[in-house]
Amino acid sequence: MTKKIKNLNLNFGPQHPAAHGVLRLILELDGEVVEKADPHIGLLHRGTEKLIESKTYMQAVPYFDRLDYVAPMNQEHAFALAIEKIMNIDVPIRAQFIRVMFCEIGRILSHILNVTTQALDVGALTPSLWGFEERETLMTFYERASGSRLHANYFRAGGVHQDLPAGLENDIKKFCETFPKIIDDLENLLTDNRIFKQRNVDIGLVTKEDALDYSFSGVMLRGSGIAWDLRKSQPYDCYDKLEFKIPVGKNGDCYDRYLCRIEEMKESVSIIKQCLAKMEKGPIKTFDGKISPPSKKEIKQSMEALIHHFKLFTEGYRVPKDEIYTAVEAPKGEFGVYLISDGSSKPYKCKIRAPGFSHLQSMDYLIKGHMLADVPAVLGSLDIVFGEVDR
Amino acid sequence: MNSLIDLEKKINSELGTKINSSKILHNQIYLEIDKEDLIDVTLFIKTDKDTKFRQLIDITVVDYPEKTERFKIVYLFLSHEYNQRMILSYNISENEVISSLTSIFPSANWMEREVFDMYGVNFKNHPDLRRILTDYGFEGHPLRKDFPLTGHTEVRYNEDQKKVINEPVKLEQNYRNFDYESPWEGTKYIKDQTNTNDKKN
Repeated sequence: MTKKIKNLNLNFGPQHPAAHGVLRLILELDGEVVEKADPHIGLLHRGTEKLIESKTYMQAVPYFDRLDYVAPMNQEHAFALAIEKIMNIDVPIRAQFIRVMFCEIGRILSHILNVTTQALDVGALTPSLWGFEERETLMTFYERASGSRLHANYFRAGGVHQDLPAGLENDIKKFCETFPKIIDDLENLLTDNRIFKQRNVDIGLVTKEDALDYSFSGVMLRGSGIAWDLRKSQPYDCYDKLEFKIPVGKNGDCYDRYLCRIEEMKESVSIIKQCLAKMEKGPIKTFDGKISPPSKKEIKQSMEALIHHFKLFTEGYRVPKDEIYTAVEAPKGEFGVYLISDGSSKPYKCKIRAPGFSHLQSMDYLIKGHMLADVPAVLGSLDIVFGEVDR
Repeated sequence: MNSLIDLEKKINSELGTKINSSKILHNQIYLEIDKEDLIDVTLFIKTDKDTKFRQLIDITVVDYPEKTERFKIVYLFLSHEYNQRMILSYNISENEVISSLTSIFPSANWMEREVFDMYGVNFKNHPDLRRILTDYGFEGHPLRKDFPLTGHTEVRYNEDQKKVINEPVKLEQNYRNFDYESPWEGTKYIKDQTNTNDKKN
């Protein structure tokens, strides 16, 4: 007697705690083995690129916070750098250190979230409880510098919006002393944990060749053993003045990517420490009155400053006609901005290259032949945030 | 190639007639080609030992509705080996179909789907050309310059029908796009007037 067996189609999400947001993943199952995965994205599509085209350059910055909302300032950085390159703006050294420091804080924010939720996906609850406490501390740093915990809107072309408030540098320094202990605690819970290893080792293997073909970047590339980091290979701002190592994985599985993220957090702490040590008092944005707005004090006394202020917040500054692609090493990989300016005060076209988009695309390739229970583990290690995937 | 200038020379000598123009700017190389040569050029820069652009970073389109060749298709490549970036582009008119890069770079799959979704550019030999970011059943191509920022339809939950419905957008106030051109130089309509007056004189 023969029995016809039909493959089962399963809808994973859009409302599923392990989908890390609004992912609808259609899985074709043969028993418990995944035959095919078809991610449906776009449930968080807000038309960011279209909106940016109708805003001035300064008004466009907040949209970047809302892309990868767990590490907002890293995105703003790419946009600011693109404008600076077109207009040849020199950024004061203090502003560079502040920006790099907050980018590394963003990296820690993102990696804590990813490592702990990945652990949560495979059954460990405690890491997320411990990690989120630290994220809260980091977000207060964001708040003290920019006025907002998440949507910072802090970076500007030519520097940052305002100087750090008194005492913040000291508090960040203190955090750098206590935080490595927390990483060690997390590692104690996870790194040698039998269950965590069973769920992650040899799952979601990516070879070097495939990592390149599928446009992987960031930890997804380094986890497969390719030593590539834009902070080292194409340094921007003051990264060339800082010393840090690039952790590289060996096997390209979920476990190696987890280890890379843990090591990167340690490196980030060291970068923040170096920034704090090298930071000196000084200007935090370019003096060019045609780009950065004057201080409140100047507006009260100088007619010119008042005019500049008015022009900057109505018309905005104009960016000469050009075409450029700039990328930064965001926590999730290469985050790029392809900007076309037409000489007016609004971008003609602003394409956002989000790392998560290419990573999620490979879901079918990664999960084929794995068990259903491996789906959350692989998805967790891809480090997907839907703000940037859907844009 | 170790320097961009060498790379530009190499590409121009090897691909010769296929390259319409090349320039180096912002530490990147910009190439313009014909749409028929896309596959040849891409295969060459991917496999040649002196270029090794092993990664396709992104595909996008720029829309110039006033031109006859309306769309500029842009490909961004990265070579890890030589630490170089390339921007490859060509122009097509509205209803042309272009070749898909999915056979060379599997990652082109979603990028081309996005281009199709956002601009309505069609690809031949694409394995799975569906909309990707917009809603199921969406009509139009949002990133075209003639698509209004506020869109054509809006969704809401209808209490009577007990389901989510699509309706034409109703705005309490029309979307306003202020002309903030410098008052020193005059707003656009004044500038146009002075320009025409200058020509008359």
